[in-house]
Amino acid sequence: MTMNSLRQRIKRAAHGHKPIGDAHREAALFTRRALAGMAIIVLCLIGLGVRFWILQVRQHAELNARSDANRIVTRPLPPGRGLIYDRNGVLLAENIAAFRLEVTPEQAGDVQATVTRLGEVLPISDDDITRFNAQRKRKRSYEGIPLRLKLSEEEIARFSINRWAFPGVEVVPYLTRSYPLGAEFAHTVGYVGRIDENDLTALDAGEYAGTTHIGKTGIERSYEKRLHGHVGYEKIEVNADHRPLRVLPDRLAPVPGDNLYLSIDAHLQEVTEAAFEGRAGAAVAIDPRSGEVLAMVSVPSFDPNLFVNGISSVDYRGLLEAEHKPLLNRLLRGTYTPGSTMKPFVGLAGLELGLRKPEDTVLSTGEFFIPGQSRAYRDDVRGGFGRVDLVQAIARSVNTYFYSVSLDMGIDRFSDYLGRFGFGQPTGIDLLGEGSGVLPSRQWKRARFNQPWYPGETVIAGIGQGYWVVTPLQLANAVSTLAARGVPHTPHLLRAVQSASDEAPVVLPLAPEQASVIGKPEDWLAVQRGMIEVVRAGTARAMGIGFPYDIAGKTGTAERYSRTDETWTSISASPIERHQVLFECFTPADAPRIAVVVALEAGRSGASDAAPIARKMLDAWLPGDQQRQHIGSLATASGEQP
Amino acid sequence: MIGTLLAQMRYRLGTMWRKPRLDLPLLGALLLLMGIGLGTLFSASDLDPDFVLAQGLRFVLGLVLMLMISRIPPSVLRNWTPWLYAASLVLLVIVVMHGEGRGANRWLDLRFVRFQPSELLKLTMPMMIAWYLNGRPLPPGWVTLGIAGALIVLPAALIAKQPDLGTALLVAASGAFGIFLSGLAWWRIGLLLGAFAVAIPIGWPFLHDYQKNRVLTLLDPEADPLGNGWHIIQSKIAVGSGGVWGKGWHHGTQSRLEFLPEHTTDFIFSVFAEEWGLVGVLLLLALYVFIIARCLWIATNARDTYSRLLAGSISMALFVYVMVNGGMITGILPVVGVPLPLVSYGGTSAVSLLAGFGVLMSIHAHRRTLATR
Repeated sequence: MTMNSLRQRIKRAAHGHKPIGDAHREAALFTRRALAGMAIIVLCLIGLGVRFWILQVRQHAELNARSDANRIVTRPLPPGRGLIYDRNGVLLAENIAAFRLEVTPEQAGDVQATVTRLGEVLPISDDDITRFNAQRKRKRSYEGIPLRLKLSEEEIARFSINRWAFPGVEVVPYLTRSYPLGAEFAHTVGYVGRIDENDLTALDAGEYAGTTHIGKTGIERSYEKRLHGHVGYEKIEVNADHRPLRVLPDRLAPVPGDNLYLSIDAHLQEVTEAAFEGRAGAAVAIDPRSGEVLAMVSVPSFDPNLFVNGISSVDYRGLLEAEHKPLLNRLLRGTYTPGSTMKPFVGLAGLELGLRKPEDTVLSTGEFFIPGQSRAYRDDVRGGFGRVDLVQAIARSVNTYFYSVSLDMGIDRFSDYLGRFGFGQPTGIDLLGEGSGVLPSRQWKRARFNQPWYPGETVIAGIGQGYWVVTPLQLANAVSTLAARGVPHTPHLLRAVQSASDEAPVVLPLAPEQASVIGKPEDWLAVQRGMIEVVRAGTARAMGIGFPYDIAGKTGTAERYSRTDETWTSISASPIERHQVLFECFTPADAPRIAVVVALEAGRSGASDAAPIARKMLDAWLPGDQQRQHIGSLATASGEQP
Repeated sequence: MIGTLLAQMRYRLGTMWRKPRLDLPLLGALLLLMGIGLGTLFSASDLDPDFVLAQGLRFVLGLVLMLMISRIPPSVLRNWTPWLYAASLVLLVIVVMHGEGRGANRWLDLRFVRFQPSELLKLTMPMMIAWYLNGRPLPPGWVTLGIAGALIVLPAALIAKQPDLGTALLVAASGAFGIFLSGLAWWRIGLLLGAFAVAIPIGWPFLHDYQKNRVLTLLDPEADPLGNGWHIIQSKIAVGSGGVWGKGWHHGTQSRLEFLPEHTTDFIFSVFAEEWGLVGVLLLLALYVFIIARCLWIATNARDTYSRLLAGSISMALFVYVMVNGGMITGILPVVGVPLPLVSYGGTSAVSLLAGFGVLMSIHAHRRTLATR
């Protein structure tokens, strides 16, 4: 084939010009195919016609009868929502009887006028009307549509007097969700709200046929399926106007949702919340032996009961604009610079990677330099701490030790080792919407800023500064893993379940135990000794006084800076509010039964502000925890923990 | 520059009035269908004039679009084809990545207008297949078939992922018809269908739960009388109770008493069948057969392979709408959101259908007899 003919062929292919013979052949081929296609189409449509004939002629009598029998209406019976308790059976979420106002469009006649007239008898907000109209589109006209929920007794009385004037309007009893402990559990238990358009697309329309509310946040949302139960139905015979005549015996009872028992201890939760004394922050207590979350507090909080029947726009705006963002779940999405709380982990990494032995010392002169660079990385004390080993470095929070060990480690081994403690990824707790924080690494920086990594950044990462971001839950998970000598347990809140068929709650089995992330037990011992020294004689000595067990802890104090372009500016000059302060600890130091993390948005130092809160939490839990765990029916079924 | 443009426009407008190049039988049939649609809608919406007015406006918009497209010669369409196809693919990817819409990501919000890119593919897909096959020796071999298959599967999979199984089906079918019409050997078709039958049980686990539910519900609708089964049961009752002669316009109790869900959109055929009976249904089906046949006739008279294949696949895709919708409301096919063409309430489908007819009108206007004048 010559070059020319090839070029022509390509040109033909590109422009679709084919030899005349081909074109005629293709046209003929097409005509045959079009005829064949038409034949298939006609055959299929004849088939469809036959199907119509079957329905409309052969089955006409039967289907016509069923059309008449459509007077038998299947009514969904919504299941009762499961209750939520703490580990000791304290009620956190319950269903209480309430009354709502329902309008049945077919019987009410002019619905808009009825609603307007009702507004003269009872307070009806614009929000109510919007929701009512939205639901009206989805319901059949003989079905009642709720207009107002949670009527007060006075409102019921006022409506009852005027009832004669409102055909098709009824006061209907129903069960509504209530959170007796209010704000204390808003960030853990969460709340339910009315089913909205977004929920509708995701849920099983059959199961939710009679349900008005669905879990929106927290446990209510993550265990929606368990809490909801299964719908039942009854059949009602109605007349042509769809007024019910009688209930038929063909009935399927609904199966109520499971009752959930959380691992949270309501008393510990209460003490923790109170210990914050109105300051903003978060605290988590975890049982390191199981990963059970004992307390989870994010303050300030809000009253979840406001959301159940639709929060008014005034209340909602109030919450959005309130100081310290009460709607923010600091436990899952708070962003904190870990600061010195990272030091035990970095020290452990140095031992485990063979870069240091516990007895190795570093000379702290107050300033640390990367060889060949002039920038000084400072200690907290001018002039330094002299020669320190790991225990002293942790106890007195000596930056130089950790600068040097992380520089020796390099960022890749650094992020690889610390990643084992779960930093930089969600913990996998049974709540939705968890943040990942930031574990500084070469890859992360490349992905985030598309920039190479600099050694200076490794140095400051060694003291928990720089790019580091942790959520309180992440840090607590890491401390809990450390407390359990490196054995990780995914933190979780659901402890036991009582389904409709069970008489007693059944404690859920723990996930199979994973291998420890710590290689040598003596490495752990060295870090633990350092953390004990923190409380015995180091930065947090005040918090351990008079406590029956050894506490292993570490403080963290990070400057609150905001970044403007290239420079960092301090948010507040006042020393009381200047720092983001943290405290982490576990106790008893040798066989830990609780690991605690306290994070405060503003304070002077970890030792003076965060540690006292942690102490109050420990006092509320130890030493009585052994007995308290065996209260009630939950205890015996529990898989005995080591 | 502007002067020549204006002159060209004047000339074009002039020729349009002097010589209406629209295919009048097809136009008449479409107008009749739209009339039936509006009448049924008026009844199904319980005599709500707003509904009928809104739908009527969409028809007007669609007809204007049809007129405009019918003025574009097929050769121009052919040159645009790869770009149009690529553009609709890009939009589709954008939507899959971050579109908005309730639950399903189908919509693209351009601030001034919101639309579903998947709707574009109902036209650009058959165009692309026609364009590709036009440049290949026909009947196609395995390589051609493979590439054409990839051109079909890629967007169809993206649409199915949204998830919008109905549109994915229509888009894939319109492309497949192009291949069929290009003369793909029968034995190859047989092999493909065989492979497809084998693939069904393998693909089953990849369906969404709600999609599985719809198929399972089809097999036993009575098992779930509150959820998915409701639609099928009530629709069959509506159709069957219509009988031979129907209950008469606006006398369908099923829809009037609101037993029938979605009775203005996907299930409007049930309303029609209840009110007009078997006689009405057969007449309506006959009208569709006429439209499809007329379109295929236009296709066989087209000037080149591109126009033939494009016109042919658009006409045959119309059949899929009718078959899937009719099968759904009579309970022989699963509940898939496919509207009854030009009868169901809804803007996007009406406009995209009429745009497709615009292409057909253009191909008719530039048919063989004209080309050889």
